[in-house]
Amino acid sequence: MATDVETRMDTNMEAAAKIPFKWVIPFIVIGAILPFFLGGYATFQGTLIMIYAIAILGLNLLTGFNGQFSLGHSAFYAIGAYTAAILVYHLDWPVYAAIPVGGVVCFFAGFLFGLPALRLEGLYLALATFALGVSIPQVLKSSHLEGLTGGVQGLDVFRPAVPAFLKENFGITMDQWWYLIVFVVMLLLFWVAWNLINSRTGRAMMAIRDNPIAAKSMGVNSSLYKSLTFGVSAFYTGIAGAMAAIVIEFVAPDSFTFQLSILLFIGMVVGGTGSIWGAIFGGFFILTVPNFAEEISTGLSYAIFGVILILVIYVMPSGFAGLVNLLRVRIKNML
Amino acid sequence: MDLFLQQILTGIANGAIYACLALAVVMIYQAIDHFNFAQGEMAMFSTYICWALIAGGVPYWLAFFATIIISFLGGLAIERIIFKPLHSAPVLSHIVVFIGLVAIFNSTAGAIWDHNIKTFPSPFPEGSFGGLIGLHEVGMFFVTLLLLLAIFCFFRFTRVGMAMQAAAANPDSAGLVGIRVGWMLALGWGLAAAIGAVAGMMIAPIVFLEPNMMLGILLYGFAAAIVGGISSPGGAVAGGFLVGIIENLAGTYIPAIGSELKLTVALILIVTVLLFKPNGLFGKTIVTRV
Repeated sequence: MATDVETRMDTNMEAAAKIPFKWVIPFIVIGAILPFFLGGYATFQGTLIMIYAIAILGLNLLTGFNGQFSLGHSAFYAIGAYTAAILVYHLDWPVYAAIPVGGVVCFFAGFLFGLPALRLEGLYLALATFALGVSIPQVLKSSHLEGLTGGVQGLDVFRPAVPAFLKENFGITMDQWWYLIVFVVMLLLFWVAWNLINSRTGRAMMAIRDNPIAAKSMGVNSSLYKSLTFGVSAFYTGIAGAMAAIVIEFVAPDSFTFQLSILLFIGMVVGGTGSIWGAIFGGFFILTVPNFAEEISTGLSYAIFGVILILVIYVMPSGFAGLVNLLRVRIKNML
Repeated sequence: MDLFLQQILTGIANGAIYACLALAVVMIYQAIDHFNFAQGEMAMFSTYICWALIAGGVPYWLAFFATIIISFLGGLAIERIIFKPLHSAPVLSHIVVFIGLVAIFNSTAGAIWDHNIKTFPSPFPEGSFGGLIGLHEVGMFFVTLLLLLAIFCFFRFTRVGMAMQAAAANPDSAGLVGIRVGWMLALGWGLAAAIGAVAGMMIAPIVFLEPNMMLGILLYGFAAAIVGGISSPGGAVAGGFLVGIIENLAGTYIPAIGSELKLTVALILIVTVLLFKPNGLFGKTIVTRV
């Protein structure tokens, strides 16, 4: 009864730690040239997929690698988005500076939230984070903060123009420019996460996930690592939120409801809990599948989404990354 | 003072709703050892079935018990068809399946019975008790207590109830002493669906029937179950009333909160309770070994 929400790594994911380096280069090349072949709308969608991927990676660091359950990451996404939007809207900050500040504010918010969360495990933590996720839209709408957040109306922000020399020499459009910025930020953050997981800190995080008591007796400072992981996880999600605010050029409380937390959670599980690159598939899934379901039938779109979700879990119980790993092992054994 | 009493009674009336659903939550927790996020939507769907029966001319109490039986079989079927093949999947994947079920029930109910708000009949006489609390709320209060008593007796005094607890607490050992663990899970789903149906039919006359009626209430139901202690049905009922009362008093007496931040305050208070009593007010403390 103790571990209500078991987040221990399942065996299908063990091989996930090793991504062959030769796969990374083609991925970067394809990702970088993609916006020049896609239309404006598809490029925009790609940008959103990458933003979701960053947020999902943040959640995955917390749940997949540290075993802490969160249903409140929409709150950090919202805090990042609103920090960036308020800095740009009220204080006229340059957009590029507002994004990292959004992340840093979230780091502190996450760290502070992580401190009381230390006492909670499994379901109880889920409820506490859930409370955070549910209350943030209400707080943002609240009449006391209306001057700052714009209340129900939200805030408009504008993307700065593409640097002149890029526009004139290469004809880069606004969508392509932001795609490339988000792409670079994503690569950077994925690289950092990769290094974090494969370091002493990462091993401590995973030891806490797999057996908290054993980790403690080995001398791992469980409280510090857990709250720091909360902070880092919030940082990732906050960066994603800040970039989403700028790319969409608008923030409003209703974009950050509890449903967003659920979507991020679905993305994490479908991509593969405890897999870094699986987050990209997760982002792809949560952006495209609801639209796809909507296209099949407007009235029953949620039902179709639900059926797809259940079928996906049938086919790949350990997420996309788990499936790929399984196939890799199978193929290796056959050869 | 009158206002205070009034708010307490309103809190109890709301609390009865939460308590009812919290019972269903605890019930399935006893059986499958984790939360069922689709609980609310299952209850909503059962309530629609009852509404359709009544609309078709079936008398209330016949429809009431028919719905309970249909829900029981439905719950059983969900476990057998959807969760049995996923038995070895990670728990987080199960939660995604719950979310899928929520989407399916919600959307299907909207498609079959449309999204218009419907009134649902109450089995209790109209009117109120001294002008303070409606008779339906009083009736619901007693139905909740009755349900609690039945659940207590079931888990405490019947072989099946004992076996279900064993299967949830330690599936391997339970299997070794001859308990059919798989069927116990299915039974747990069936019973949870049946209790959820009762909760839905009790709640519907107050909040009216529509596909999203359970969304907010389920949150309070979870909160109540957790505050009271997820391992204790009695605690869940107490937690339900507590959450109802706290929510109402905070909304009335703290001017900065009003009605717009009511939910936030309730949740903050719950988190505060958990910080001091991490296993809930009436839950058992669980000791783990390395």
